[in-house]
Amino acid sequence: MTTEDLHELAEKETDRQRQLRDRILYCAAAGCVSCGSHATRDAIKKALKERNLEKEVEVLGTGCMGLCGEGPLVKISSDGSVYERVDEETGRRIVEEHLCEGRKVGAHLIDTSQPFFSSQQKIVLEHCGKINAESIDEYIAAGGYGALARVVTEMQPQDVIEEIRKSGLRGRGGAGYPTGLKWGIVRKAKSEQKYAVCNADEGDPGAFMDRSVLEGDPHRILEGMAIAGYAVGANQGYIYIRAEYPLAIERLKLAIKQAERLGLLGNRIFESDFNFRIDLRIGAGAFVCGEETALLRSIQGRRGRPRPRPPYPSEVGLWGMPTLINNVETYANVAPIINRGSAWFAGIGTPKSTGTKVFALAGAIRNTGLIEVPMGIPLRNIIFDIGGGTPEGTEFKAAQTGGPSGGCIPAEHLDLPVDYESLATVGSIMGSGGLIVMDSTSNMVEVAKYFMDFCMDESCGKCIPCRVGTVHIYGLLDTISRGKGTTDDLALLEELCVMVKETSLCGLGQSASNPVLSTLKFFRHEYTDLLSKPESFVPSVSPDPASAGPADGPAANDGHDSTTHA
Amino acid sequence: MAILTLTIDGEQLSANDDETLLEIARQHDIAIPTLCHLEGLSDVGSCRLCLVEIEGSQKLFPACTTRAQEGMVVRTKTERLQRNRRMIIELLASEGNHQCAVCVVNNHCELQNLAYEVGLTHTRYPYLYPKKRLDASHPDFIIDRNRCVLCTRCVRVCHEVEGAHVWDIAQRGIHCEIISDMDQPWGTSPSCTSCGKCVLVCPTGALIAKGENVAEMEKKTDFLKYIVTARVKREWINTDGEE
Ligand SMILES: Cc1cc2nc3c(=O)[nH]c(=O)nc-3n(C[C@H](O)[C@H](O)[C@H](O)COP(=O)(O)O)c2cc1C
Ligand code: SF4
Ligand code: SF4
Ligand code: FES
Repeated sequence: MTTEDLHELAEKETDRQRQLRDRILYCAAAGCVSCGSHATRDAIKKALKERNLEKEVEVLGTGCMGLCGEGPLVKISSDGSVYERVDEETGRRIVEEHLCEGRKVGAHLIDTSQPFFSSQQKIVLEHCGKINAESIDEYIAAGGYGALARVVTEMQPQDVIEEIRKSGLRGRGGAGYPTGLKWGIVRKAKSEQKYAVCNADEGDPGAFMDRSVLEGDPHRILEGMAIAGYAVGANQGYIYIRAEYPLAIERLKLAIKQAERLGLLGNRIFESDFNFRIDLRIGAGAFVCGEETALLRSIQGRRGRPRPRPPYPSEVGLWGMPTLINNVETYANVAPIINRGSAWFAGIGTPKSTGTKVFALAGAIRNTGLIEVPMGIPLRNIIFDIGGGTPEGTEFKAAQTGGPSGGCIPAEHLDLPVDYESLATVGSIMGSGGLIVMDSTSNMVEVAKYFMDFCMDESCGKCIPCRVGTVHIYGLLDTISRGKGTTDDLALLEELCVMVKETSLCGLGQSASNPVLSTLKFFRHEYTDLLSKPESFVPSVSPDPASAGPADGPAANDGHDSTTHA
Repeated sequence: MAILTLTIDGEQLSANDDETLLEIARQHDIAIPTLCHLEGLSDVGSCRLCLVEIEGSQKLFPACTTRAQEGMVVRTKTERLQRNRRMIIELLASEGNHQCAVCVVNNHCELQNLAYEVGLTHTRYPYLYPKKRLDASHPDFIIDRNRCVLCTRCVRVCHEVEGAHVWDIAQRGIHCEIISDMDQPWGTSPSCTSCGKCVLVCPTGALIAKGENVAEMEKKTDFLKYIVTARVKREWINTDGEE
């Protein structure tokens, strides 16, 4: 494979597409598949066959089209019309009325000029919903592997790193570490063997950004990893992906096979000395295995438990070798930066948080689904313009970012720009991109309890504060939410949250308290309203022995207080 | 190896750059409480008792795994650190079923000593009273998981020093427990050599020798550093050619 061969392939595919009368794209990402997009596809194909159109009109499955709440989604390539809730009957009508008679099926047509579409800016998701996720030819026709060709044949590794550094790209896995800096460290590490790892563990509840990219544009990740491999001097890549993502795994396997067959992965890529292979490693779905040191252990077949850093994986990683580890979305940004230049990328977003961010919108919001917005966009625009606001008759209360490691942002901060620094100032984090909207019906103590339940369950158990502390935080939240808590319990809760945050070994424990601390910060009254109130205690009405006596004495502590047996 | 200077608790000290803060502090008789650390074993940084403050950072650093750097200013006994340490022991006390009065290592127990050291008199958290298994199937030893603090010293000594890797951890979070081989009775373990190292390094009464009475057993951990030093220096090989 040479650069010329690549161009030839691209042209051949573009010609093939040009000769078709039209193309019907259906969303073949997990969301739409689960609400029946395969049946829709079959109905469309059948309708085309009945009209002898199956040779002229191609039907193809794409990655996520975004508006997951309205699936199955179908798009007509020639005029860009998008249809929602396309069941088998609607699919048949689209062929009959739209394709044959030129009449759009009004009832299911989506207005693509609405802010949900127009306020987004797609880089990571630019191919999702546009190309066949299972065809390498279509990826190549869309310019795919062109960045890898350029990097391998024209650029020095140092220049690639410099380009990524200048783009300002920061890791999309949560912490926002500058990607160029990380690549530089791995490059400088002295070793015969280095690795490049893609973190596709995505364990946050409610998050499905990485899954959508892998399902919709798997070659983008392979290309990004190969470029990274070239830049840092790695010849082996691993994608660590959770077993709960069978469709993404299937598409990745196919994509790797296709790329290997064309010589885009393997030995002597673009007839250079650069070799790069990618293998999949399937995780069993433990949240903590998304933590980088636990993930690397898991790849080695060991128990997924974090270890103290330093040393960082960039110096001591897989089997002790320097290892680059980046998130799916981070890798997805690499090829566009090489293609269009770091200055273009740095011009998007804010000076410190460049580029775009993909969010999975969920909760009390009209448009649920996958969106991509420039960094720094006010939270208000995401929720009210793109998301369409909360459902009829309810009021916005808070937005939760960063999942179990993040916090709740109340209405008074709706104008907050969504970037790494601003989110941190209100006690939340960018996280990997889960964005859950809560309306007036949400109970914030229950929200905190839900996330603490998750962290308690997912704690690996290695360090004491997280293993035991999360259990007691959960217990205290439970006591308070049942109206049995005292002011002592609340004080104990706050003290414990701070202690677990300060002393835990890895990010899981260090951030597990965030949902509690941030709801306490902004919705403290919801906690205090639930505390049992000794001052309003009227002895004549069925006395409760547990709440007798002053609330600040140890005896009132629901029998929790006890001395050690020591 | 370079020599550097640093300050711990106001004392100016010199150290080698490959030494951890804990090693340096102990050489200078600065006490830092530890539980998972044991000289002669690898460090895992899991008990979090040895956390110290380093000037210039809000974060806390485990002394057992943090290497010294030139000019570091370290504090080991601030109010914040002491409070956290007390809470860690408090959490441990609530997690297991530590019935000290009827334990063979009563008065010789590292957990008890730590509780005295950090000034813990009672716990404010409800006892979790977990259902834990006791296994007395081994002819010489007993494991009583009720008293286990999951320090993994037994796992490490068996893997790193004895080379048998009988012990490992099963489950996760609060359900973690130490298991022998494929979670089978210890007495049926084909890999256990009955060397007893795990029993000696266990800080509590979780691993004990049979036949000991309440408060009778004292653990010895010093042997470990001699074995490890001897191995590193290959002291069993006669360099002068004599038998
Ligand atoms: C408990 C925990 C879970 C994590 N889960 C993920 C994950 O699912 N995906 C991910 O990319 N990073 C996850 N991370 C962050 C990784 O440790 C690491 O920072 C990231 O993969 C680095 O890639 P980046 O620089 O491209 O963001 C997690 C971290 C912690 C502490
Ligand atoms: S913080 Fe929690 S998940 Fe992380 S090492 Fe400690 S116990 Fe394990
Ligand atoms: S049995 Fe003893 S040595 Fe092993 S983990 Fe438990 S407390 Fe530590
Ligand atoms: S002794 Fe350092 S963390 Fe346990």
